Amino acid sequence: MKATDISNPEYFHKVVDCQHACPAHTPVPEYIRLIGQHRYSDAYMVNWESNVFPGVLGRTCDRPCEPACRRGRVDEEPVAICRLKRVAADNKDDADVTARMPSIPTQKNGKKIALIGAGPASLTVARDLMPLGYEVDLYDENPKGGGFMRSQIPSFRLPESVLDQEVDYVLDMGVTRHFNHRVESIKSILDQAYDAVFVGTGAPKGKDLRIPGREDADANIHIGINWLENVAFEHVDKIGDKVVIVGGGNTAMDCCRTAKRIGGSDVNVTVRSTYEAMKASPWEKDDTLAEGIPILANHSPREFILEDGKLAAMTFNIVESSYDETGKRTIKETGEIVTIECTDAIMAIGQDNAFPWIERDVGIEFGEWDMPVVNKNTFQSTNKKVFFGGDAAFGPENIITAVAHGHQAAISIDLFLNGESVSDARPAPGTNLVSTKMGIHQWAYDSAVIDDDRQASAHLPVEQALLSRKVESELGFSLDVAFTEAERCLNCDVQTVFMEEKCIECDGCTDICPTNCITFTHNDDEGNLRDKLTAPSLNKDQDLYVSSDLPTGRVMVKDEDVCLHCGLCAERCPTSAWDMQKFLYTVTKAGNEPAPILVEQAGQNKKQEQAA
Amino acid sequence: MSFFKPNFRHPESPKNTLGLTTRAYEGGISTLCAGCGHDSISAAIMQAVWGLNIEPHRIAKMSGIGCSSKSPNYFLNKAHGFNSVHGRMPSVTTGANVANRELLYIGVSGDGDTASIGMGQFAHVIRRNLNMMYLVENNGCYGLTKGQDSATADAGSKNKKGRINPFESIDLVALALDLGATFVARSFSGDKEQLIPLMQAAMTHKGFALIDIVSPCVTFNNHAGSTKSYDYTRDHVQAGSVVDFVPVAQEITLDQIQGSTQNVELHNGDSVRLSKLSKDYDPTDRGHAIRTLLEHKAQDKLMTGLIYIEPESDNFHDTLNIPKTPLNSLKEDVLCPGKSALTSINEGLR
Repeated sequence: MKATDISNPEYFHKVVDCQHACPAHTPVPEYIRLIGQHRYSDAYMVNWESNVFPGVLGRTCDRPCEPACRRGRVDEEPVAICRLKRVAADNKDDADVTARMPSIPTQKNGKKIALIGAGPASLTVARDLMPLGYEVDLYDENPKGGGFMRSQIPSFRLPESVLDQEVDYVLDMGVTRHFNHRVESIKSILDQAYDAVFVGTGAPKGKDLRIPGREDADANIHIGINWLENVAFEHVDKIGDKVVIVGGGNTAMDCCRTAKRIGGSDVNVTVRSTYEAMKASPWEKDDTLAEGIPILANHSPREFILEDGKLAAMTFNIVESSYDETGKRTIKETGEIVTIECTDAIMAIGQDNAFPWIERDVGIEFGEWDMPVVNKNTFQSTNKKVFFGGDAAFGPENIITAVAHGHQAAISIDLFLNGESVSDARPAPGTNLVSTKMGIHQWAYDSAVIDDDRQASAHLPVEQALLSRKVESELGFSLDVAFTEAERCLNCDVQTVFMEEKCIECDGCTDICPTNCITFTHNDDEGNLRDKLTAPSLNKDQDLYVSSDLPTGRVMVKDEDVCLHCGLCAERCPTSAWDMQKFLYTVTKAGNEPAPILVEQAGQNKKQEQAA
Repeated sequence: MSFFKPNFRHPESPKNTLGLTTRAYEGGISTLCAGCGHDSISAAIMQAVWGLNIEPHRIAKMSGIGCSSKSPNYFLNKAHGFNSVHGRMPSVTTGANVANRELLYIGVSGDGDTASIGMGQFAHVIRRNLNMMYLVENNGCYGLTKGQDSATADAGSKNKKGRINPFESIDLVALALDLGATFVARSFSGDKEQLIPLMQAAMTHKGFALIDIVSPCVTFNNHAGSTKSYDYTRDHVQAGSVVDFVPVAQEITLDQIQGSTQNVELHNGDSVRLSKLSKDYDPTDRGHAIRTLLEHKAQDKLMTGLIYIEPESDNFHDTLNIPKTPLNSLKEDVLCPGKSALTSINEGLR
């Protein structure tokens, strides 16, 4: 294999699994360390720069980072990254954070942009473009910003105050609000003098279930996302006592828990799949069960039963799931039929995009599934002025993906309005790689690997939680628990950097490495090299770190997969051929300004160098 | 500075036939200088014992005084151990071995502990062919007392301050051969591929097995002018034979190694397979071994590998007719056979 080029930022980026897995590439270990140092405002700002809604995401994120977490590969469970984010948001100094918001130029640059839909994608675009001097008009049909974060996520999971604060950080930059204004025609927007338009209208159409009795029982059958929105905006404040939820995703979990709080005493979730195969996040399933709501798996809806013209029950076919070798699922009816009494039924079986308000003659091409044709990197549609992001771009995803889209779309809009190529002129990521060496065997990070198990987040007692839909049921980590959890982080961003010219091949690093990551052997192609490693190479997606030839003709090969970043290789190296260097990777935003954290750390490097 | 090794290990670490990963063979984190050859030797011991499928508690680690002799703390924490007096490891091991010959004895010593203060004990334990593996972690200097030349420092080599050693060195391998050792090998801490099978063969050998291991002292003897540095050793090493330890359970496929090969069967059916660089080399011929060793030395080459082996010999236990059962397991009726036995002994003396 060729020697690894560590000057390519993507190499070490891949080693920081959590950050790599995060759609917005939030520097996770960086902010976890700050939490460990009780620097909550700093941790919050690292988050905010990257994902705009740390308080929201710290409660509701889909957590793509956690399954990726390296700790999960060596320990039983990954670091509770999501809940640590919440710790930063809950314990930040509000005045300090407000003071650190970017300054907005009073002299505007003369370009005007319309954002349609006030969800996370649009708000992210506004957050990135306002500091550059753009004028931004934000349209939404609801009286407040936040989009699905407000309408879909119940207040007992995401308190309104948390959402308001983070939406306001963006709106207070001087975004012109056009709330209670449903855009019925994109032409009406394009006809105004906007230089660019961003569509972040989400996937607003809840799926319905067409089975016998559906029309007749209509008064007591609700579409999950619409019903949640009605509850959120207080158009609905109660439900019958017996409620059946159909569906097994996170919306179903939100629906049942909401129903339980506003009148449903006997609430059941029914799902066609097995319990294990449900789409809902495991922690949401746990929370649901903890509130005494049964989840009935293998229930396929059959019929709505009416009595006196009113919904009285639902019947279900009991089904069986089986999987073939390719993992393809077949669902077969067992013949058993079950009846569940209900006064109301809520359909939470998915959502679709809907663009009835986009005229098909404005140059926006539509493709498969009646979705707009949008470039995956630039988020530009076939009408060069119109950009898409969030669920509106490629179908339902999650908040953090919408934020990532928003950042990229903002870059495109900025490039487009400056007459540059939206595909070729995109900014490179900001990176910083600096030694953490403080002295002999001393590092600027806590290198010791602790054994603690994943900490559990505290919850309100169920009876208390169920009293109101506005009381947050999960209390989060106390500061002590947060510290323990933060210390579980393996600091995967502190990289093991190898300098072959210093190596005397004493084997000190190979001998000490607790997870047998390091092998000295003769070079070969990748497959053979992986076979020659001291310990089996389990994750072929993780690249090998290969040095150039050493004096004995061998090379150093490191399998990064289960490296604990404990620094022992560097401590046992007599010549400092290994060094622990902190790698910071930031996604550069519109305007090509380096991230504040990068500027701060680059400044520290300079001071260090001068002092040396 | 780290004082503890993290407790997490590779999730798919290979297991030996006992179901143990190398973790069960580890010791405390080393406090020797970073890069010390002794740490590599400790790692090789762990892997060798693991590979032989020996439970750690069947091992006794014996040592004297010095950097080398503190290293048993850094491997096989679940084994027995005795950190004895300077240069007296052989007699303590002899005592332990007599009391319990079921344990496997690993003696770890250094050039000072063996070639200076322990020279007399070293000579006699070889003479007695005590069943043990005797490792000399040989760095040519007294690392623990700031790097003075030791008795194995080569004449003409420079110490860290640039002073040239005027005295002739003691070649432990030549000495052992002369004293009748039944297993003599030399190796280099930086070559585990050679060292591990050598150790496995040495531990399987019945009788005294010496491995003299060049183990560079990174702090005091790893400079230009030293003849025990990593660079010098790598430049001058010449493997007389490449060794492969083949357990009896494993089929021998000769075609795996190119060139001239020779199998030497050990007492229990395991064998040592030698792939020889020179066709004429015969490691079972003591005279030949001594001559070849001297030839290499004259050419400024460091001959490594298995230099001499005598697979069948009477060891200390055979010679002294020591009971097979450890003393702590001998029952009272055996230890104290009673009046009739005493009477018959007395009768025999009349």
